[in-house]
Amino acid sequence: MSDVQPALGGAEFDGAGARVVEMPPKGMITLRGSPDEIGAAVADATGCAVPGQREITFEGEFALGWMSPDEFLLMCPRDEVGTCLKSLGETLAGSHHLAVDVSDARAVFSIAGPGAREVLARLCPVDLASTAFGPGEIRRSRIAQVPAAFWIDANDDIKLICFRSVARYAFDVLCGAAKGEPVGVLR
Amino acid sequence: MLILTCPYCGIHCDETELANGGEAHLKREGPGSSDDAFEAYLFDRDNPMGVHFERWRHANGCGKWFLAARDTVTMEVFGTYKAQSIEPPAEIVERIRAKRPDWEGRA
Repeated sequence: MSDVQPALGGAEFDGAGARVVEMPPKGMITLRGSPDEIGAAVADATGCAVPGQREITFEGEFALGWMSPDEFLLMCPRDEVGTCLKSLGETLAGSHHLAVDVSDARAVFSIAGPGAREVLARLCPVDLASTAFGPGEIRRSRIAQVPAAFWIDANDDIKLICFRSVARYAFDVLCGAAKGEPVGVLR
Repeated sequence: MLILTCPYCGIHCDETELANGGEAHLKREGPGSSDDAFEAYLFDRDNPMGVHFERWRHANGCGKWFLAARDTVTMEVFGTYKAQSIEPPAEIVERIRAKRPDWEGRA
């Protein structure tokens, strides 16, 4: 298999309030169908709990995000995608569903540091106060002019995914927003 | 700024997260309909000053279509509901009647 390359070669930026890093590509599987059926199948294959509305659940290297009432996004190590798809296909055989490898579709960024919430608050129409948006929640929205989704991971860093075709734009606006000193209102 | 609540994901969406889809509750005129009815289905749209029902899509979000009742003058939102509704839910109609006693109902 050819080497998997991140869209921007793992670009990094140290801003005044946060550090923006392009992460190595993740394995991603889009799942659509009845949430009960696909939820049970994923739980079976990965051990992830079935996320409720706007939730994301983690189990080891796996993460399962709620994307819409009939769609989940399963994130896993790149080399586990084939195994996961096979297992899901077997469990879901006979029920109306879709499970597709979309690992090449997206770029992943990490935004870490005391000003991380402010970086996103400058770009998204989202309330990023910790009382309104906390760990375990995934939010699909936009950053500046492109769609994106983000959540807070175990280290309190923000992870953001967007389409790979707009990775350069997303990275540039994130860097622009990370340049400024944190105002200190979002903690 | 218009803020609508997506009935599918429960997010209070800023207008910039949404895409407008025009008037809601149009009845499709298909094969067998008269030319006039088909033309009306294609082109005739309400453009009221006041209560209006619209289609919106949570484009930068869950991607689902939903319907909203709002006032085009004051931007007051009376409620949002799922796109699978053939007509506005009774509680939204009630809310509109309470706040706009002069409202004549949907044409």
